[in-house]
Amino acid sequence: MSKSNELTKTAGAFDVRNFIGALLAIFGVILTIAGIVGFTPDEAERTGGVDANLWTGIGLIIAAAVFLIWAKLRPIRIVETPDDEAGAPGTD
Amino acid sequence: MEAIRLDAQWIDYLLIAIYFIFVLGIGWFAKRGISSSIEFLLSGRSLPAWVTALAFVSANLGAVEIMGMSATGAQYGMPTMHYFWIGAVPAMLFLGVVMMPFYYGSKVRSVPEFMRKRFGTGAHLVNALSFAVAQLLIAGVNLFLLGTIVNRLLGWPLWITLIVAAAIVLSYITLGGLSAAIYNEVLQFFVIVAALLPLTLIGLNRVGGWDGLVDRVSNDGMLGAEQLSSWPGEQLSGFSNPVLSVVGIVFGLGFVLSFGYWTTNFVEVQRAMASKSINAARLTPIIGAFPKMLIPFIVVVPGMIAAVLVPQMTQFKEISASIDEATALEQTGVTYNDALLLLMREVLPNGLLGVAIAGLLAAFMAGMAANISAFNTVFSYDLWQQYVVKDREDDYYLKIGRWATIGACVVAIFTALIAGNFSNLMDYLQTLFGFFNAPLFATFILGMFWKRMSATAGWVGLVGGTISAVFVFILAETGVLDLPGQGAAFLAASTAFVVDIVLSVIVTLFTTPKPAAELRGLVYSETPKSDFEDLGEPKAPFWKRPVPVAGVALVLVIILNVTFG
Repeated sequence: MSKSNELTKTAGAFDVRNFIGALLAIFGVILTIAGIVGFTPDEAERTGGVDANLWTGIGLIIAAAVFLIWAKLRPIRIVETPDDEAGAPGTD
Repeated sequence: MEAIRLDAQWIDYLLIAIYFIFVLGIGWFAKRGISSSIEFLLSGRSLPAWVTALAFVSANLGAVEIMGMSATGAQYGMPTMHYFWIGAVPAMLFLGVVMMPFYYGSKVRSVPEFMRKRFGTGAHLVNALSFAVAQLLIAGVNLFLLGTIVNRLLGWPLWITLIVAAAIVLSYITLGGLSAAIYNEVLQFFVIVAALLPLTLIGLNRVGGWDGLVDRVSNDGMLGAEQLSSWPGEQLSGFSNPVLSVVGIVFGLGFVLSFGYWTTNFVEVQRAMASKSINAARLTPIIGAFPKMLIPFIVVVPGMIAAVLVPQMTQFKEISASIDEATALEQTGVTYNDALLLLMREVLPNGLLGVAIAGLLAAFMAGMAANISAFNTVFSYDLWQQYVVKDREDDYYLKIGRWATIGACVVAIFTALIAGNFSNLMDYLQTLFGFFNAPLFATFILGMFWKRMSATAGWVGLVGGTISAVFVFILAETGVLDLPGQGAAFLAASTAFVVDIVLSVIVTLFTTPKPAAELRGLVYSETPKSDFEDLGEPKAPFWKRPVPVAGVALVLVIILNVTFG
């Protein structure tokens, strides 16, 4: 998503928070637009008068912002771990 | 079954398509960093606790849970909450506080491997085989439900849907291994919430808020207000005596079935094993307990709303009450399992409908992916490496893991077709739990705390317990025991538990125990306390330590039980 920060070694590490943030943001924007331009009387009847797409869209955009900001503020740091741990099933 | 066509428009398809691009994208990105079998099958033991905690919850939040729990909610109402507040949450806390140190601390790679170290190959083989078979069956259930949804939505024939869905799961797991499965589970969790929370709120809005729901449910002319309090839940347990019902729910559902499921099921435990430290592993189910106790509000409550709001569902329930479910199905074309779909069709506008469909598809695929990623680990390490081809280089087992994934997807397609023959999916699943998990829990808990328990006792207890569960199940099926609702499953599980304990104790007294030196990390009294802690880590603040956090969760779940009791 963003250019890798020089101070922290993000090193292109996969961060699921960016994925979650991006997906929720896309969903949020699409729903918000649908809520603004496509709120029909038929829909109002279904939902009991609430513009559900709009409100859900706004909620999703906020949630997405939380994830993206969180990932930005506390990026994954890669810590080199000693190799002997991985794959050693212990004594048998 | 009649087709329930959801009126999906291009905007819904767009949202679904975007979601699938993300699913496959995660598989593709997670693929970097897979170079050993541990990375493929256990995520290299590197994930933070919040990720594994959400995956822990999501792995169980598959088709069976969502459709099954909303179905049970539509049928019985609030007593369904027991599956979460008496069932899951206490068991998850117990797993994190008591059992996880043994699993993570002993460095085993799977639950059956723990079994092998503690009890040798007899119990191990029983455990590994029954687990592997169960996973294929449950993967099939998840796949079947996925196929049904797509079939109703797009009108695709079932077999095409099964193959396409299996292919998608296959591609992201063979690419990204457990990491891809776990990351997708976390993503799925949020999509599910984004779909079900608005569905619940809009549904509530339509029935006139919480008060409106209470009012309508109490005046439905059938079970009435009984559906609004979770206790004593006689309809759910099938015991007509309220005291027996409470005992049945607490012991049968809460203690035996749920502890058995959550503490020994490798699908769940695997998520915790993928975390980066013993502290994170213990926190996995404990943090997961918090979302878990809130999930029924967006799963069970929509079921209850559907039963009073959607005419087709109300009609089905009325005919079921006055005649029986088969007649009701014939006349209305729906069953309780359709509750959530019917509510979606009734209240969601296009747009949100797409999110909801994506959420359901996500849940079903993630459920299946969880089963398959647990299956391939047990198959590779516990069956293939242990009994078929030993002592090969790690690359070889990585390859086996990938082949096992492919094989499992193919088998799941066939088990999906079998799964279609059960009307209430909860019954089906409970039956499986009762057969496999209750005796497992008995054997584990006895073995972890009683150092004398012998290897022979391990497998004899398991086999005896499982057979006794099957026996009770057959008695119930043939009508010798008359227990409607979930009572038969509770009883079968409880019987299996007791039989397992009794047999294990008797056999132990006549066989030689394992030498104490081999029990370090496996039995409480033989393990130094330091084995259960992270070496060299500074003491974490209380809100990052397992026991205090579990305490908070316990208090919350008690409050929920009292408030909605």
